[in-house]
Amino acid sequence: MELLSNAPSGPIESRWERHRFDMKLVNPANKRKYRVIVVGTGLAGGAGAATLGELGYNVLSFCYQDSPRRAHSIAAQGGINAAKNYQNDGDSVFRLFYDTVKGGDFRSRESNVYRLAQVSVDIIDQCVAQGVPFAREYGGLLANRSFGGAQVSRTFYARGQTGQQLLLGAYQALSRQIEAGSVKMRPRTEMLDVIVVDGVARGVVTRDLVSGKVEAHLADAVVLATGGYGNVFFLSTNAKGCNATAIWRAHRRGALFANPCYTQIHPTCIPPSGDYQSKLTLMSESLRNDGRVWVPKNADDCDKDPSAIAEKDRDYYLERIYPSFGNLVPRDIASRRAKMVCDEGRGVGPKVDGVRRGVYLDFRDAIKRLGQKVVAERYGNLFDMYERITGDNPYKAPMRIYPATHYTMGGLWVDYNLMSNVPGLFVAGEANFSDHGANRLGASALMQGLADGYYVLPYVLGNYLAQAKLEKVDDSHAEVKKTVKEVEARVAKLIASDGKRTPDSFHRELGNLIWENCGMARKKSDLESAIKRIPELREEFESNLLITGGGEELNQTLEKAGRIADFMELGELMCMDALARDESSGCHFREEHITAEGEAKRDDEHFMHVAAWEYTGDASKPTLHKEPLNYEFVKPSTRSYK
Amino acid sequence: MSKPMRITLNVWRQTGPKDPGQFERHELTDVDEHMSFLEMLDVLNEKLLGEGKDPIAFDHDCREGICGMCGIVINGRPHGPREATTTCQLHMRTFSDGDEITIEPWRANAFPVVKDLVVDRTSFDRVVQAGGYVSVRAGSPGDANEIPIPKKDADAAMDAAQCIGCGACVAACPNASAALFVGAKVSHLGLLPQGQAERFDRVRKMVAQMDLEGFGHCTNHFECMAACPKEISVDFIARMNRDMLSAMVKEKDTVPGRKPR
Amino acid sequence: MQKALTLYDTTIGKKALMAVTGVVLFGFVIAHMVGNLQVFLGPEQLNGYAKKLHDLGPLLWIARGILLASVVAHVVVAVQLVSRSVAARPVGYRQKKNTATSYAARTMRVSGPLLALFIIFHLAHFTVPGVPMGNYEHNARDVYANVVQAFSIPWVSGVYIAAQLLLGFHLYHGAWSLFQSLGLSHPRYDDKKRMAAQTLAMVVMFGNIAMPVAVLAGIVK
Repeated sequence: MELLSNAPSGPIESRWERHRFDMKLVNPANKRKYRVIVVGTGLAGGAGAATLGELGYNVLSFCYQDSPRRAHSIAAQGGINAAKNYQNDGDSVFRLFYDTVKGGDFRSRESNVYRLAQVSVDIIDQCVAQGVPFAREYGGLLANRSFGGAQVSRTFYARGQTGQQLLLGAYQALSRQIEAGSVKMRPRTEMLDVIVVDGVARGVVTRDLVSGKVEAHLADAVVLATGGYGNVFFLSTNAKGCNATAIWRAHRRGALFANPCYTQIHPTCIPPSGDYQSKLTLMSESLRNDGRVWVPKNADDCDKDPSAIAEKDRDYYLERIYPSFGNLVPRDIASRRAKMVCDEGRGVGPKVDGVRRGVYLDFRDAIKRLGQKVVAERYGNLFDMYERITGDNPYKAPMRIYPATHYTMGGLWVDYNLMSNVPGLFVAGEANFSDHGANRLGASALMQGLADGYYVLPYVLGNYLAQAKLEKVDDSHAEVKKTVKEVEARVAKLIASDGKRTPDSFHRELGNLIWENCGMARKKSDLESAIKRIPELREEFESNLLITGGGEELNQTLEKAGRIADFMELGELMCMDALARDESSGCHFREEHITAEGEAKRDDEHFMHVAAWEYTGDASKPTLHKEPLNYEFVKPSTRSYK
Repeated sequence: MSKPMRITLNVWRQTGPKDPGQFERHELTDVDEHMSFLEMLDVLNEKLLGEGKDPIAFDHDCREGICGMCGIVINGRPHGPREATTTCQLHMRTFSDGDEITIEPWRANAFPVVKDLVVDRTSFDRVVQAGGYVSVRAGSPGDANEIPIPKKDADAAMDAAQCIGCGACVAACPNASAALFVGAKVSHLGLLPQGQAERFDRVRKMVAQMDLEGFGHCTNHFECMAACPKEISVDFIARMNRDMLSAMVKEKDTVPGRKPR
Repeated sequence: MQKALTLYDTTIGKKALMAVTGVVLFGFVIAHMVGNLQVFLGPEQLNGYAKKLHDLGPLLWIARGILLASVVAHVVVAVQLVSRSVAARPVGYRQKKNTATSYAARTMRVSGPLLALFIIFHLAHFTVPGVPMGNYEHNARDVYANVVQAFSIPWVSGVYIAAQLLLGFHLYHGAWSLFQSLGLSHPRYDDKKRMAAQTLAMVVMFGNIAMPVAVLAGIVK
């Protein structure tokens, strides 16, 4: 299979503009005759559904939560990047493009990234017009901050709740379309399959989570904006309900899954406190601006009160190893080093499964230097949050932090038009693979979600619909009936399970397996053993699953089980992709490929491509396709933080 | 390791909207003080599942206090005893060994029980659909810095915009009123220059829908503010009242009301 | 075509009506108290004042009309709102802890109807038709004598004193919450507002209680 990116050529500055001109338009009077399904109501899905509705398309939107306002985009704290250059500090569209390509360690597509940087500017205009209360200066103009080690201040923010405010903006725009009748909203409804007729996506099969009713919904195009798959790890910063079922089911229907091994681990999360831990909470990376990371030099000191450990017995390992960047090294490095010191037995905090998973993030020196008041002004809300969760006071004792899975750069393969290799199936936001390469920069996830939703989907969908020759399909079509039957059978099979193990216990085991073997540092033997172990676990899941209750009611155990079944298959694919990518790049760190200084060593000669996996009918035997990547505008270089 | 706690729970169980429902008693003997309240319920649910029983249904998603999906009345207080804290961020160290805890769903006509502790809050969505937005098309707006907004207005708008739509205000209100929720949205948009064009139309439509959904009225007990995990101020209710009264005095217009589903 | 929404259709409009009629009634109880306190200045003063009021003629009837309309509106809307509130929570909590509200606010629904009953009692007693009780014999001309005679009966005084306590609470919550209902409150004046409401309510309550107490104590004879 040849993977065509369909990206335009020529000068990068005008590619998107020319492409827009070349695209076909749908006559305004005809738009309402087209039905578009949008699954997910986060930044990409919510903004996309609202914008398509505004244009006049007949939109049907789904979310599993009780309201579209709850999608997990809401939890993003830090901010959103845009190349406004309001600070006059040298930012530009090209610089944002450059930083994003470089940050992605040269594993993303230049054309897509440039478009993202271009429309970032419009996003801020749109959000402000919607009433998003971004932080402002005393003069009344928008405030910016520098984020994630960027050299320019291009991040817009709304206290520590930027994601919330942007999502509410999109939710309100969506609500307006629901009121206008152009969008029909179905909350508490989960998509369980894609209907593909003659190779073209024509609808989805959903289950109403309250009544249990399985239904087919037909359309002229389907958009999946269902977020990332970080919950494969069980413990992650994702919401509990976040799942990969939509994209995984689309994958099983033929959509290629790209770069599944690219998962981002965030270094500053609150560590697990026991084996009952259900999720991990992220704290803003800004804490590393003033906090110092350390662990005891001697493993014997690990259960001591930190204040009793003398200065000479503390190992400020980031400052020691990276003297110039110190505690501000990029996310992946900070995360990896934390895991290494914990694996050495020098972690702190309670033992969970026999290992102390935590390092100190100490504000003692910052408080001494700046005073408690200044520290409280900068980080007060984060300190409060930490105190609420752990019961410890970070003004008195150092915080404990540990890395956690945060974002997945991989996702369904899409071309420049955000369309997967299945015609009519579009994928937006974190659910696709397109813009972040092997590593995402801080404050870029919100940017991508809204770029896709407000500014890309409306054009590319129109272009597709204007040209697609779609035969009429209704519920009686054989393929529709077959897909519904398959979904019903899958649900029925889960309900009929009468084994001994709860869904959560399987999920925990899978998550731990992936974390240990396909987490921050990966090596061949680990990946191979995981690839061997996962099918066994899957087999046990098939035969020994415990579920109570029926299918025709709200059954949260059943929901979980269905999602875990898909995580099991995706987890295996992640390991296979990590094994096949025999290099280190971005967040994918292979212990076999490190520089003399212990950093990630890319292999551009063999791996400068997108790895797109095709489902073959057996989850353990996917086929790998490669989309080569070309860098015409940013010359690949090696990053160094020493 | 902290000493395990023994906790007795009186949990509301209700199979569906038509079931009258009843309390069920459960005992947990090994509750860790560092568990979140919802993790404690997870543990109970795993236990129930192991016994072949139906686990307790409760809403939750982000578990970091921002999505607004969780919400239980714990010992008579929405989201439990800790101020400015959602249920998911409440930890068991707030309780003591031997405590008996009563857990109930939000109780309001406009929030019918779906199952156990899960309620249907789509009435909130319909109130927003009635007018809780600025009508702006992607592509239309001018530059974001074209209209400077005084910092104090932007900050006040943000104070109101923080609402997570959890419904604790309704649950806490002796009248099951949604005044704080609606007041917060009306104020968030009404405080900003971008929201002025539709300001009075918006408040009329949202208030009309709020009434239609069957929420009670505000009698200024301010229980809503005390229960609000984001500590949203009742000043925004006064602001909504003011806007509503001037809207109705200024111009009469037909506000089409819709039937709540 | 759909009927246009009127202010009266909305809960906020109804609350505003409660507030406005409340202001009228509040004004009345203050004037009523000030007038009646003249009992301490002797029979001529009080009876003279009563005569002056009567001689106002049509003006008095206009005032009575406004008062009556306010009372009716206040009560009708209160009944509507309370029934709405009851319907808004058909299934109650087994356990509910309130943390912010005041005793006065919580008891509005009790103090309101009791005060309505008291007003009927009070009117029947001192105005129309002037129901005799114990030694009390109504005399339309001699207000002073009516007051002294009536309050000499301990249970009648008791009813009045109890009613004034209720009135005090009712006025307190009403006075400070009406600003919120009318959208006139501002956080900067919150404390002052609460204090002013408390003071006013107490002045009315103690002013009115002073009369039966003075009669019982033999200060006013």
